[in-house]
Amino acid sequence: MDWMQIVSALALGLFVVFLFPTAINMMKNSPKGSAADWQSVIVPMVIIILFIMFLIQLV
Amino acid sequence: MNRSFTTVSQSSTSALATNKVLRNTYMLLSLTLLFSGLTAGLSMFLNMPPMTYMISVIGGMVLAMFVLPRFAHSSAGIGIVFLITGLLGFGLGPMLTMYASLPNGGNIITLSLGGTGVIFLGLSAYALATRKDFSFMGGFLVVGFLLVLIAAIANIFLQIPAMSLAISSVVILIMSGFILYDTSRIIHGGEDNYVLATIGLYMTIFNIFISLLQILGIMGKDE
Repeated sequence: MDWMQIVSALALGLFVVFLFPTAINMMKNSPKGSAADWQSVIVPMVIIILFIMFLIQLV
Repeated sequence: MNRSFTTVSQSSTSALATNKVLRNTYMLLSLTLLFSGLTAGLSMFLNMPPMTYMISVIGGMVLAMFVLPRFAHSSAGIGIVFLITGLLGFGLGPMLTMYASLPNGGNIITLSLGGTGVIFLGLSAYALATRKDFSFMGGFLVVGFLLVLIAAIANIFLQIPAMSLAISSVVILIMSGFILYDTSRIIHGGEDNYVLATIGLYMTIFNIFISLLQILGIMGKDE
């Protein structure tokens, strides 16, 4: 196995460990969004997916 | 009467402060992106080896997580932001050299760069125009990012191209969510430090660019 793979995996693993308490804290303390709130996110995300598909067609 | 004057005065002072943070963030972001472009060009010119990317990303993350928060409220913070973004740009050099050597490599790089710009500008304009509070996305985005990181660790060893494509696609959507979340935090006064706001937005742009390069690179090979 390539040493670069091991170092990359270790670095990402450490990043996950450092990010974990923040994730738990944000999960507990983030305000809950309504259906309308989520709809306002889903629409631009669908547009981005379509845009990426358009970019793929251009390659 | 006096109370309403005070309220109007306080709210206009807060709006001015928010506009200042937003203006400074976009100014610093533009400069750091230019600087990254320069260091990426230098790295390509020097023909740096592939491991440069890994070393630069690890160095950039260590600086962003442990050093920058200590200096974010001083002028040294600006220097550290340039150090991080310059380092990340330098790390991009070998990857860009590799993509440029592909038959349609120039096209892939140009489309990734343009696509990243369109996604960032479009989502920023959306958050600024609607002035919606996207703080409800915080927990979802961080947990989603953690899951993607775990999948990325698995794929370092599995090396499955389809999984790589799926990870890159999810990263783009999560980073797009972070653009809405971060911009909304600046607008609503949740982030009053433009140095930290800049590095947050820079990281989203960097990740979208890398992911688009990977998606277009994989799809381009199929042609």
